[in-house]
Amino acid sequence: MVTLLEQPRRIPGGLHLDANKAQSLQQPLRACSIPEQLYIPLSQHIGEAAEPLLEVGDEVLKGQLVARSPVYISAPIHASSSGKIVAIGDYPVPHPSGMQATCIVIATDGKDQPVDTGLKMDTVFDADPAEIRQRVRDAGIVGLGGAGFPASVKLNPGPEREIELLVINAAECEPYISCDEALMCHRPQDIIDGVRIMRHALNARQVVIGVENNMPQAIESLQRCLEELSEDAIRITPVPVIYPAGGEKQLIYALTGEEVPSQGLPLDLGIVCHNVGTAAAIARALLQGEPLISRVVTVTGEGVRQPANLEVRIGTPVAELIEECGGYTDEVARLLMGGPMMGFSLASDAVPAIKTTNCILAASYRETPQATAASACIRCGDCVDVCPAGLLPQQLYWYARARNFDNIQDYNLFDCIECGCCAQVCPSHIPLVQYYRFAKTEIWSLDSERQFSDMARQRHEFRIERLEQEKIALEERRARARKALKPKVGDATAKQAEIAAALQRVKAKKEAQSAGPRNTGNLTEEQQAKIAEVDRRRASTSGQP
Amino acid sequence: MLTAMLAIGTLAALFGLLLGFSAIRFKVEGDPIVDQVDSLLPQTQCGQCGYAGCRPYAEAIASGEADINQCPPGGEAGIQALSELLGVDPMPLNAEYGKHTEKQVAVIDEQVCIGCTLCIQACPVDAILGAAKQMHTVIESECTGCDLCLPPCPVDCIEMVPLKKSISRWKWPYPQDTERPVTETTE
Repeated sequence: MVTLLEQPRRIPGGLHLDANKAQSLQQPLRACSIPEQLYIPLSQHIGEAAEPLLEVGDEVLKGQLVARSPVYISAPIHASSSGKIVAIGDYPVPHPSGMQATCIVIATDGKDQPVDTGLKMDTVFDADPAEIRQRVRDAGIVGLGGAGFPASVKLNPGPEREIELLVINAAECEPYISCDEALMCHRPQDIIDGVRIMRHALNARQVVIGVENNMPQAIESLQRCLEELSEDAIRITPVPVIYPAGGEKQLIYALTGEEVPSQGLPLDLGIVCHNVGTAAAIARALLQGEPLISRVVTVTGEGVRQPANLEVRIGTPVAELIEECGGYTDEVARLLMGGPMMGFSLASDAVPAIKTTNCILAASYRETPQATAASACIRCGDCVDVCPAGLLPQQLYWYARARNFDNIQDYNLFDCIECGCCAQVCPSHIPLVQYYRFAKTEIWSLDSERQFSDMARQRHEFRIERLEQEKIALEERRARARKALKPKVGDATAKQAEIAAALQRVKAKKEAQSAGPRNTGNLTEEQQAKIAEVDRRRASTSGQP
Repeated sequence: MLTAMLAIGTLAALFGLLLGFSAIRFKVEGDPIVDQVDSLLPQTQCGQCGYAGCRPYAEAIASGEADINQCPPGGEAGIQALSELLGVDPMPLNAEYGKHTEKQVAVIDEQVCIGCTLCIQACPVDAILGAAKQMHTVIESECTGCDLCLPPCPVDCIEMVPLKKSISRWKWPYPQDTERPVTETTE
């Protein structure tokens, strides 16, 4: 049983950081213009990449399905504007590796002609939850908070689970990022509609929107919307400002005082947590029939002239977003996707904004100082104090450094949310999070290798068994064949008797034939005389040639 | 005296029965060490170690006949794991048996393949699909990269290629900070 606290708690650990959100909130939320080309990656979410359905040269309309999801944990992709598919191939995508991945490239025609997606539901609040989940899935909606987990999966708690509490995460805690705040200020109706749809789909008893208490405008905007709709079952709770209060597990702790179990899910507590942007996307899909083809992105930092929040079509190159915000300033030093704490550097601005892009940070040197050379760990323990997950970052560091992947898991590496607090406070400037990320991917890779080798062993053993069986089957066949031959090579007397009998039969048959009438038998005397005469003549003629 | 002898005798008989029963009831089939060693081997079944597959090599290791450094596909990590399991000192890979390479998969040039089925017979994990006088192909997700299909091919149409790099297989690199190695304080 989960109860909401009257007074939200302060999360353990965490840091007070400069918010730096005002820059991008000075201008109202506006739509970014349609770029000439959209680069839409097939994998923008957690799970399998989508499979393209169309070919190069095909015309597409805005909102048209261009790639479908092949498995349950995946999401389909839709065309963000109308135009023509000009290429399907490998292009740079936003990923820390800087590698390329398959994208569908659409040359837009500027008409932005929409297609009827069939996602719209007229009676959404009477609909079967399964129907709602299917539409959310078909709309390609993934968690817009950053991880990009398919939203329909999180709307499906299973038949025997009762959902006690639906938490809407609006505690946008990372500095510079203000896309959720802009959404709350400018589109509260979408958010509340989406929350109500989710509440219906999950049959949740209580709903709470957790907002950081330094967003008074956003709180007021949502509150006003709730009053207009006379909706009193949705609570808005301001939570204390601290980074990372917007982490899923951290927000749940702040609101309920309950801890999500290690390596568990909020579902284990009867809680489901969705991002506020996801709620708005669900409302737009189910009430207006628009799949997830755009999202709000914060473009900010000292490296860009007019920081702003933009409604961006999925697939728009980052360079276009910068252009829309007045271009780069001379101070630009580094381009990040995401915030300064959890974001990653982009090697080029040719990569597109995708479903999980919440912020483009064109940072100056002042904003993201160059990484200082790390020195040795002095065991000060500062990292332990700030860890919001209650881990021992120092211990994890030693084991990651020594590549000791068994012990590091005993210290619950996988509960690390990679918030970066430990690295931020480290007086030795050790890139701690990089060590944890290294260890995590290394462990995943070892696990998958282990799975592969188990599979290979199984196949090998099966093959050996099959060969063995084939050998036995061959032996059996041969034995049977030998058996069938046996009577023919029986004992000699029987055989001889058989031969004798056969000879007897032939003889009898011959006699029977020879006893038959002939044309030389029963001749008259006259005929015999004639024959004798002919014989004589023959003899005489043959005697004198 | 007699009581003592009787008592000891009864006890001996009792324990004898108990042991005899346990020997039958709790009999362990096969050698559990072999299974443990086998589970650490990469299961390429390539035979580079000099044995006819991973399990025979595991048996040889368990019986002390073979060293733990004869498996090139397992590499240093494999040797490390084996040394931890068996409580012996890790040693470098014996170069006699080959070099550790990145994982590769076999690819059949389907234009050249004559459909002789020889590679299918050689594949230890049934990862090649085809039939007599029909084109063959390798199931990439099942190929262990053991090279065993290369020698029997009469037209040399099989090639080993490294796995394509992709984002899903990408790993974060080991951090390259400039800290001097701290070995003296590691626990």
